[in-house]
Amino acid sequence: MTALLRSRRTHGRAVFLLIGFVGLVVLPAVMSEFRLGLLAKYLCFAIVAVGIDLAWGYGGMLTLGQGLFFGLGGYAMGMFLKLQEAGPDGLPDFMSYNGLEKVPAFWQPFRHAWFALPAVLLIPMGVAAGLGALVFRQRIRGAYFAILTQALAAAFVILLIGQQGYTAGTNGLTNMKTMFGYDLNDPTNQRNVYLAVAVCLAIVYLVARQLVHSRYGRLLIAVRDGEDRVRFLGYNPTVVKVLAFTVSAGMAGLAGALFVPVVGIMSPAALGIVPSLELLIGVAVGGRATLVGAIGGTVLVNYAKTGLSEHFASGWLYFQGALFILVVAFAPKGLAGIRDVIRRRAPAPDMPMTIEPANVLEAVG
Amino acid sequence: MKTKKWVGVVMLLAVVAAACGDSANDSSSGSGQTGGATDGGSTIKVGILHSLSGTMAISEVSVRDAELLAIEEINAKGGVLGKKIEAKVEDGASDWPTFAEKAQKLISVDKVATTFGGWTSASRKAMLPVFEKNKALLWYPVQYEGLETSPYIFYSGATTNQQIIPGMDYLKAQGKTKIFLVGSDYVFPRTANKEIKAYAAANGITIVGEEYTPLGHTEYSTVVNKLKDAKPDAVFNTLNGDSNVAFFKQFKSGGLTAATMPVMSVSVAEEETRGIGAENIAGHLTAWNYYQTTDTPANKTFVAAYKAKFGQNRVTDDPIEAGYVQVYLWAAAVTKAGTTEVEAVKKAADGITFDAPEGKVTIDGATQHIYKTARIGVVQPDGLIKEVSASPTPIKPDPYLKSYPWAAGLS
Amino acid sequence: MDIYLSQVFTGLSIGSVLLLIALGLTFTFGQMGVINLAHGELIMAGAYTAYMVGGVFGESVSLLVALPVAFALAGTMGLVLERVLIRRLYGRPLDTLLVTWGVSLLLQQVARDIFGAPNVNAKAPEWLGGGVVVAGATLPYARLFIIALVALSVTGIWLYMTRLPQGRRMRAVMQNRQLAAVSGIATQAVDQRTFFIGSGLAGMAGVALTLLGPIGPSLGTAYIVDAFLVVVAGGLGQLRGAVFAAIGLGVIQSLVEFKTQASLAKVLCFVAVVALLQVRPQGLVSVRSRALT
Repeated sequence: MTALLRSRRTHGRAVFLLIGFVGLVVLPAVMSEFRLGLLAKYLCFAIVAVGIDLAWGYGGMLTLGQGLFFGLGGYAMGMFLKLQEAGPDGLPDFMSYNGLEKVPAFWQPFRHAWFALPAVLLIPMGVAAGLGALVFRQRIRGAYFAILTQALAAAFVILLIGQQGYTAGTNGLTNMKTMFGYDLNDPTNQRNVYLAVAVCLAIVYLVARQLVHSRYGRLLIAVRDGEDRVRFLGYNPTVVKVLAFTVSAGMAGLAGALFVPVVGIMSPAALGIVPSLELLIGVAVGGRATLVGAIGGTVLVNYAKTGLSEHFASGWLYFQGALFILVVAFAPKGLAGIRDVIRRRAPAPDMPMTIEPANVLEAVG
Repeated sequence: MKTKKWVGVVMLLAVVAAACGDSANDSSSGSGQTGGATDGGSTIKVGILHSLSGTMAISEVSVRDAELLAIEEINAKGGVLGKKIEAKVEDGASDWPTFAEKAQKLISVDKVATTFGGWTSASRKAMLPVFEKNKALLWYPVQYEGLETSPYIFYSGATTNQQIIPGMDYLKAQGKTKIFLVGSDYVFPRTANKEIKAYAAANGITIVGEEYTPLGHTEYSTVVNKLKDAKPDAVFNTLNGDSNVAFFKQFKSGGLTAATMPVMSVSVAEEETRGIGAENIAGHLTAWNYYQTTDTPANKTFVAAYKAKFGQNRVTDDPIEAGYVQVYLWAAAVTKAGTTEVEAVKKAADGITFDAPEGKVTIDGATQHIYKTARIGVVQPDGLIKEVSASPTPIKPDPYLKSYPWAAGLS
Repeated sequence: MDIYLSQVFTGLSIGSVLLLIALGLTFTFGQMGVINLAHGELIMAGAYTAYMVGGVFGESVSLLVALPVAFALAGTMGLVLERVLIRRLYGRPLDTLLVTWGVSLLLQQVARDIFGAPNVNAKAPEWLGGGVVVAGATLPYARLFIIALVALSVTGIWLYMTRLPQGRRMRAVMQNRQLAAVSGIATQAVDQRTFFIGSGLAGMAGVALTLLGPIGPSLGTAYIVDAFLVVVAGGLGQLRGAVFAAIGLGVIQSLVEFKTQASLAKVLCFVAVVALLQVRPQGLVSVRSRALT
């Protein structure tokens, strides 16, 4: 048994290194600048997906408002870049259109990298921790929690749009050309941005993996499958859930921050209800409660979205809707579950309890 | 555990394969010259980038249709520089980052000579850096808030001095001295209203109220109550999309009428009046540069061709016409330049004129905007709009309102 | 003074619209724990029904004809949805949420392909134009019609739930599904009936909303979040709770918007619901139960 475990572990490490090599060396060499930029964007979403997987797949907290945290991180980074560009006395372009004469006080700290960069993680995590403490302490869960997070994302978007002078409204923060003095339009720098995203994803993956394989991870899964039982055993499920939710918010914030130099825009359009839901689809397709599945599923779904919308400009919504229905209804374990079905194996023990093998079989048969 | 790794590897391979497949078509240097690359082929590719899905599809689908119609007509007459135009249509999906992504795709993968597209200001702002970075051309067909002259965008819709200011001039001429501003909460209404307030201050008009509602808002009873309370002579309406339907329906059922409180709209055209219901908006005012009823020979042909191709029940309106016209303007500039190369086309564009459905239009090379005739109209019971006043000549575009003293502190 | 009276009336009528769109949801959500994100598209189907019926009948009666037709159409759509998809997802409420979102995307695109992307219009009947003046404030007939329709629906549902055997079974399943099943209630049949009624109510809401707003493919998305807030704030499956929550939110919205701006009013409504759940995690009205989840 121990020998088997060890061989699996070395096997796993080899695969991880292989993926790392392909992702960091081969892809940047063979892909065009445009496609690499797209891949960088998908990887940003994959970072969010790892966080969602942690909260939803492992913790059972379906968060429909991940766009909120994505946006908090993204705007923190966007404000930093905008102020860098404007210079010490300058005003970001949209503020002068909106009649502001000086940079508002809450923007000021974002002038400094030492504030803005940690803020990318800390602001979303702080908000999530506060929110989580309030909500989970009251044992608000399941559908209630899902709808609350969705409402929060919606409220955040309305607030952002309403405060046009401070946030650039619907347009969002656009036209960010430099970062730390480097020209973001330069192909070499774009490649470096991609590498930064890929490395961040690897780190996020390792952190998440460490978490779910630790004692804490077992507790998290236990809370998902029977919160009251965990409470009777003397644990405090609130703390367990708040921690997972906070980490997942931090990941979304990080992804939002990386999204800004990759795409060059941070706008409310990327944060609302629909984008928040779209982030879930990758996790569902790849297979929830499998971190690799979440990453692979997200990359694949976004790749399909780009490809399909390029080839069937108006019809891809059908595909997206159908994919959602088919995967969630008939293959709830996602791609990670399909091989089990092919091999006619029993589901692995670390899968969520809610899956009914009968449904999975129907989907294939 | 094994399952997950297996999945990961398969997905990775798929991505690598896809990446290699794409590389065959893509150029690896994204900043390379665009436009020029297409001169070697037998067709000239152009991009069309509008929202075909999502909330903005309501408006943008028809503009795409008009652009395709213009391309078809030009091709029927032999194309441009002896080559047929080939349209590459992409979906912006009502999402601004998607607009930027698709714009980049059209430029670096399809290598289009130019792109026609966009509707919302947000989509234009998102695409602007992409076109500037790649030194590629965008033609943008919708009236907008001004205060912008990108060297790589041609603005074929009205800027504020060709629509908002004539609208205010008309209200002033009608003796309206108390005006209420209603708008959606985003950049166009807020900028437009800033200009209107400056105009009002200089022209003895009082602004008795200013209300913004979120995009897509459908509950206007409170706004209607505020209107009743403030009793303005007229309402200046910069609401966008669906909100107009709710606003006019609730305006009418709240007991307000066009006779006592006319609403001047700048984002309601023939296409929108059908969704609002002509009975709800008849008698109210609009400010545009073109109506389906505009009486020019070119318009008769255009309306007939549009209806023949897309259905007799379809209507034409200002942005649709601007989309149609901008394709012709680009084609004329290319013909004059003798190449699709961007800098040459830009240089050739200055002073190009075209007998458009809206009347004669001219490109102003300095601002890359178009000289347009301002037309104030009244919505008729059949939903069409009848012109009641027009500027005597096409108005010179002035996106920064430099020629208006009262606008000095605005930009 | 009359402006405040108008504003209170406005709050009431916003509340009635919220209640109308949330009424169907509160049952499907309350009884089956199904978060039906396609509820907005059932409303859309109702609105398009009004448009289609308006083309066949004269405008003076079309609204009255459209109400039952939309009820039947949307109800049938809901029934199909329940039988084909939702039934498979019993006990996985979060999955139904995702699946129904997929359904909502599909239905939106279908509507766009059938009716075209631009909005269409259904003419309101002449007899709903204008309004009655009370103490200087105009109460539009269209709004009064909606309030009456909501009052009628609520009464009808209340009678159904308390007086008819089918309604009592529905309440039994809502309170304790297993116990109801072992007592001999065919829970699947009850589920279907609930879904039919809940979806039908959405269709009727769609018809009524054509008096106030647009008819277009993305109509449903405009209302869905609000509807869920009402349900959550009111308490699952609680008719009384939904009524209080809807009117409460309507009044908050109308008063805040009157004093400030619509955007702020909307945000404050969200905040109010979050705050409410801090005090009453199960919503305004909840059933006492010793069951564990």
